Amino acid sequence: MSGVVGVVVFPGSNCEMDCIESITQLGGEGRLLWHGDEDLCGVDAVIVPGGFAHGDYLRPGAIARFSPVMTEVSRFAADGGPVVGICNGFQVLTEAGLLPGALQKNDGLKFLCQPAILRVESSDSLLTSRAATGDRLSIPINHFEGNYTCDEETLMALRDEDRVILRYIDNPNGSVDNIAGVCNEGRNVVGLMPHPERACNELLGSSDGSVLLGSLLDLVT
Amino acid sequence: MSQPLHRALGLTDDEAKRIDEILSRPANPLELAMYSVMWSEHCSYKSSRIHLKRLPTEAPWVIVGPGENAGVVDVGDGIAAAIRIESHNHPSAIEPYQGAATGVGGILRDIFTMGARPVALMDSLRFGPLDDPRSCWIAEGVVSGVSGYGNAVGVPTVGGEVVFDQTYMGNPLVNVLCLGLLPTERLVLGQASGVGNLAVLLGSSTGRDGIGGVSVLASAGFSEVDDGDKRPSVQVGDPFEEKRLIEACLQLLDENLVVGIQDLGGAGLTCATSETASRGGVGMDVDVSAVPRREPGMEPHEVMTSESQERMLAIVEPEGLERVLAICDRWEVSAAVIGRVTEGGALRIMDGFDGEVLADIPAVSLDDEAPLYERPRKSPQYPPGPSADDLELPVDAGVDLLNLLVDPSWVYSQYDHQLFLNTVVGPGDDATVLRLKHPTTGLDTGRGLALTTDGNHRWCTVDPRQGTALVVAEAVMNLACVGARPLAIVNCLNFGNPENPEVMWQLSEAVDGMSEACEAFGLPVVGGNVSLYNESAGSDIAPTPVIGLLGLVDRLNSRPPGARFFEGNHVALLGPEEVGLGGSLWGATNGAPGGEMPFADTAIHARVAALVRDLVLDDLVEGVHDLSAGGLGVALAEMTARSGVGVHVSRVVDHRALFGEGPSRVVVSVDPERMTEVLHRARGAAVSVTRIGLATGDRLIVKGLVDLSLAEIKSVFTGRLPEVLGSGTTNRQLDGQ
Repeated sequence: MSGVVGVVVFPGSNCEMDCIESITQLGGEGRLLWHGDEDLCGVDAVIVPGGFAHGDYLRPGAIARFSPVMTEVSRFAADGGPVVGICNGFQVLTEAGLLPGALQKNDGLKFLCQPAILRVESSDSLLTSRAATGDRLSIPINHFEGNYTCDEETLMALRDEDRVILRYIDNPNGSVDNIAGVCNEGRNVVGLMPHPERACNELLGSSDGSVLLGSLLDLVT
Repeated sequence: MSQPLHRALGLTDDEAKRIDEILSRPANPLELAMYSVMWSEHCSYKSSRIHLKRLPTEAPWVIVGPGENAGVVDVGDGIAAAIRIESHNHPSAIEPYQGAATGVGGILRDIFTMGARPVALMDSLRFGPLDDPRSCWIAEGVVSGVSGYGNAVGVPTVGGEVVFDQTYMGNPLVNVLCLGLLPTERLVLGQASGVGNLAVLLGSSTGRDGIGGVSVLASAGFSEVDDGDKRPSVQVGDPFEEKRLIEACLQLLDENLVVGIQDLGGAGLTCATSETASRGGVGMDVDVSAVPRREPGMEPHEVMTSESQERMLAIVEPEGLERVLAICDRWEVSAAVIGRVTEGGALRIMDGFDGEVLADIPAVSLDDEAPLYERPRKSPQYPPGPSADDLELPVDAGVDLLNLLVDPSWVYSQYDHQLFLNTVVGPGDDATVLRLKHPTTGLDTGRGLALTTDGNHRWCTVDPRQGTALVVAEAVMNLACVGARPLAIVNCLNFGNPENPEVMWQLSEAVDGMSEACEAFGLPVVGGNVSLYNESAGSDIAPTPVIGLLGLVDRLNSRPPGARFFEGNHVALLGPEEVGLGGSLWGATNGAPGGEMPFADTAIHARVAALVRDLVLDDLVEGVHDLSAGGLGVALAEMTARSGVGVHVSRVVDHRALFGEGPSRVVVSVDPERMTEVLHRARGAAVSVTRIGLATGDRLIVKGLVDLSLAEIKSVFTGRLPEVLGSGTTNRQLDGQ
């Protein structure tokens, strides 16, 4: 029996249907979760998708973390439930304190939508279990605030605990230590700036994203 | 001494007299203000309407032609495509970021007004030269504005063009195209009907931004001194408000809660209320005091002409109001009942539904009875400049070639061009290709939509009629290069001051050239926009009709090959060898914009396009590129730069063959084993083929003319825009790594 992946929709989110489409294509089942509902409808995993939740007002994710659904997402994560934040979703999870660090403006002070080559740094995560350390994946980025930063102590912890999941081969945005994706201490919450749902079809340029989303589906199936 | 009010509002004495005749009494100031915006050039097309009637608009697949908010065509499988293009030139000259951003917002509303979900944007951008700091400032602001608004509103910007030229100094062109998809049965029109129905204003509150934008900004040129005074006429955009407005409106349409819906764009509430009433053959009472306002103390004329963004007017039945308000509440969109549909045809503006009548105007007079001018036309007395045919072989054609290369990726890497998982071919290629999925079920049809925008002010300066025909032909060939057949055209006619007879002559000729080409290719024009008074410091821009062409890819199994070479490919030129230097990029760059222009033989063109389409769909070519600005030389250099594979070419005799431009010409790059089949197909299609060389190594060599390294080409090509406009990418590594 296959599990259900919930995809959170805030006003201003825009990648929710793309996530559902790719999950469905990979044989999973997706369900939209409305930001105003304090209910995860019994889903087996949660994706916080890309977009501009609440218009990115104040700063990305700063308002979304107060949406009622986030209380439930936090509880779900605390219970060990798998949670993935993609792009704006990663920003929301850092604002909500579910992941360390923060995403600041790209070094070049421009929005960037382009392919990025990623290196899998750890296969011990809910997004990379289908990959091997060292694998290279072509997955697009699409952000203005994707420049990952954290304090020295956090960076050391991320490195020592094998919590850097993905790194950019050719750092596009100035992220510290070329970090593209990280996980929490419990390894059940992952955030990444690149969009795996945009890379699940060769017709669109790459199907490398299915390695990541497929890993998530393995977990909930 | 102060001038009469009507003149201050931009109305002529004759127009003011005509208004008094319509009303059978002197118009009051509020009424004058309403007429001034609706009878502005921008809203009424009073100088161009008489010419636009000559464009062909019909085809069996056209569902809605020009005159509505957007054109709509049937694309099969129960899906209709809504498409429109619009200019936001003047606001972008004054305030580049907001001008471009609100251009995007406006065109989106035109599309979802039809019941369609916007799925793609394109931007056709033209700026002054790269060595002019102000033009660079405008370019950067416009691109940031498109990026800032388009990305956040959640509609991908999938293509467009960018041109830098002296003629746009001080008056950039920002033309924005939007494509939307709807289930054919959901089509709605911007009309009011049903006496007693309610007009509900959705979205932003109304402020003092953009008061009279259409008459102050869009319908007059720029002088040197007073541009600062026009700044308050530029609107300010809020993509988050628009995103929620889109979702709320589409849900209202899904639940069949609106009988008509209209966006508020140019001329604001005056336009939305009068157009919906006029189209529905009804009247409307508008309670101006019920309009939610952003600031206190606003006068009725300000409320009625404000161009505050992100607003829609929905006509709903009273029984449905409660549900409408609930949906708006869910999406955090404010909604207020501001009008009632009435019998007769009067648009009455009132202070409370039972209060004082502030204006009482036949709705149809604001819309259909706007003045129509046949302005004088005169062909120019002098050629546009020295003839490029007189230019001699350059000392180093390689240097000239490098000079013509510009990679637009600096622009489009700032746009989300992938959202919705449709983008099979994104910006930067001959045309964009999107997967065609059903807008509500998401079902993939296995087919694709193709889109391109094209314009060429150099050709249109030499000969606006032939130049415009060539632009249409080029768009058709761009689509062929991605395997698509053309369906319908939208246009944006950017010209100078219509009171200049030479400008009116250019406009009229361009319309004829477009008509002739559309007839020849069987293409209907389903919508358009005219932007006049594009001038600055007394100088009109070069005539710049821009077209957007929508097409269909009948089989979308794999990605089209694109403009590239593979090592060992044979390189061939399909189509005629004849080219002209008149109106060419190389000629204009070397100070000679005039000369003999190529001629579009539409029969040959259609044959080449059909052949190229088949070669692409049948996977017989590994690379394909339409020859356009810069001719064969630029096409080869672009293919080299994109693929990282060099090319050795002979049989190009001189600079004319290298840089000359002509229609119906395409470079293909072919696996040697497939060459026989390609030649066979070409013979069958009666298209001439010239084998010109071999793709190999890391140099671009045109025997006797050009010898450049791949590295040199790449660095100039990709470096040109970031060098001037600032890098968007860095590769900073953490210290100590």
